[in-house]
Amino acid sequence: MTEPTHGLGGLKYDPTKKARPQEFNVFIAFVIIVVVFELLGRLIIGESFLFNTREGTEGLFNTQRLSIIILQVATVGIIALGVTQVIITGGIDLSSGSIVGATAMVAMSFAQTALVNGNPNPKAIFGEWAMDLPVLLPILIGLCVGMLAGLINGALIAYTKIPPFIATLGMMVSARGFARWWSTGNPISFPTESYNAIGTGMRPVIVFIALAVLFHLIMTYTRYGKHSYAIGSNEQATRMSGINVDRHKVLVYVIAGMLASIAAIVVSSKGQTAQANMGVMYELDAIAMAVIGGISLQGGRGSIVGTVIGALIFGVIISGFTFLKLDAYYQEMVKGVIIISAVVLDQWRQKGRARS
Amino acid sequence: MSDIILETRGLTKHYGGVHALDDANFTLRAGEHVAVVGDNGAGKSTFVRQITAVEQRTAGKVFFDGQDVSFAGPLQAREAGIETVFQTLALADDLDVPSNLFLGRELYKLRLGPFSILDRKTMRERTLEALKTTAVKIPNVDNPIRNMSGGQRQCVSIARTAAFASKLVIMDEPTAALGVQETAQVENIIRGLKERGVPLILVSHNLRQVFDLVDRIVVFRRGRIVASLRRDETDGNDIVSYITGVKGSEGAAA
Ligand SMILES: Nc1ncnc2c1ncn2[C@@H]1O[C@H](COP(=O)(O)OP(=O)(O)O)[C@@H](O)[C@H]1O
Ligand SMILES: [Mg+2]
Repeated sequence: MTEPTHGLGGLKYDPTKKARPQEFNVFIAFVIIVVVFELLGRLIIGESFLFNTREGTEGLFNTQRLSIIILQVATVGIIALGVTQVIITGGIDLSSGSIVGATAMVAMSFAQTALVNGNPNPKAIFGEWAMDLPVLLPILIGLCVGMLAGLINGALIAYTKIPPFIATLGMMVSARGFARWWSTGNPISFPTESYNAIGTGMRPVIVFIALAVLFHLIMTYTRYGKHSYAIGSNEQATRMSGINVDRHKVLVYVIAGMLASIAAIVVSSKGQTAQANMGVMYELDAIAMAVIGGISLQGGRGSIVGTVIGALIFGVIISGFTFLKLDAYYQEMVKGVIIISAVVLDQWRQKGRARS
Repeated sequence: MSDIILETRGLTKHYGGVHALDDANFTLRAGEHVAVVGDNGAGKSTFVRQITAVEQRTAGKVFFDGQDVSFAGPLQAREAGIETVFQTLALADDLDVPSNLFLGRELYKLRLGPFSILDRKTMRERTLEALKTTAVKIPNVDNPIRNMSGGQRQCVSIARTAAFASKLVIMDEPTAALGVQETAQVENIIRGLKERGVPLILVSHNLRQVFDLVDRIVVFRRGRIVASLRRDETDGNDIVSYITGVKGSEGAAA
């Protein structure tokens, strides 16, 4: 019943009929995928994917499965928030998985406890002085590792004009090497109670949601967000508008590195140990989440909300396969198929736009 | 003397062996609107690119606002007060109209360094005001400009220039890709600049438009300025004979 209003120049348009946001389509895809697994579950193995069908347990939904999905998604999801920002500026970050490894090793070395069951810590990296430090210290040191790696990425990309793919590929290899060198390949274990507490229960999910909300607000309402989209959309024009594109890019990679570090702290806390090969392939999972969430690899388009839904889709598909008792090998193959389909879909959208 | 806004002396640009611009002497006075005409490849865009420092000149001097300037880049030229609509559009397709208009000059509600919070409401209102003066038809300024027509986008680009115009506006073929109505809108913006006393260099192929709008016409031919004529002492045929080289092969100062 709304009257069509008039826009500039008297063209009619109905403000209630806004163009449907991309995120809405992604959400529909999410719902469809959940329904498909629900139906497949009932048909193939006679179980419900979503709902609680077990005797003697309360509740409508299978909360156990759902919380496992969200928990699985949360860690890589934190990385995907940073990757999203990088891709929006027209870049790519292949180093986040290795930054997870490097950060986990370093942070855990400063999070160790002196006594394990009354005996000295068998995995001690440093001497007494590094034992039982306040939890803030390993966290801050960990964040610095990721931000430093991001700073190097950003500086290489912005000031030496090395393509992001190459610069972050180099960082991917180097940071992994660093993680192995740090303790000559040995795992680092037995953190303090308080470090341990970071990743317990549903806390990783809370961290993920809090960061997602924070960066959604930043990308939507601040100069940082506006300029990120502008750079990805037309870097030359952005530069000509007087924006310091190089400095902005450095900041974006620093933030991406920091988010990878937060993910590292969460996983190492959850697992109570740090290993040099932690986070292997996380970068690809994170990129996949962003791509499923509708980001454009050309830059300029995509959003935090899209990536969060993309992360949920990713989680549902992976656990859906486990639920259907399909081999883990299929999961890997299907991941690849999802990524490629999402990119192809993006290219179709681009073509559709070019024609109109 | 002091009413000269822009002057070039011996402005020259060579691309390797190509003498795209040779010894251009040009002056622009306060409030004056000058058209730059000439065949394709005559060096008009090259001339614009030297003044706005998109490229660095081979030789010659540029005086702007009484000072011998050599800008390091287009940004410095803009900061000095030269607003330019380049022949290739410089807009961010994925941003909406207000974001494009205010790109690099955003207004803020709260200053927090890079995370300063944008004042989207005020920027939107000012955008609507700026666009009203252009009479451009844009149903919804909140849509990304990607889906808008060439004319609408060009109008955004020009509105941006006009809105922030301070000392000098340069437009390189602003109506080349536009329809009749859109061209009329752009011409209205130009008249608005004249009323406000903002000087303008207008590169154009459209002689009707040139005679409608400007005070003086400068003709480029093969990288040289071959004529500079007041509108009331010339006509279309005259200009065409300069453009094609029937007249004025000896060169002239503008
Ligand atoms: N970057 C460049 N490198 C080499 N030659 C160029 C370059 N830009 C322009 N030219 C040449 O300079 C001459 C003038 O070009 P231009 O200024 O674009 O002409 P106009 O704008 O008058 O049509 C042309 O012959 C063109 O081919
Ligand atoms: Mg040209």
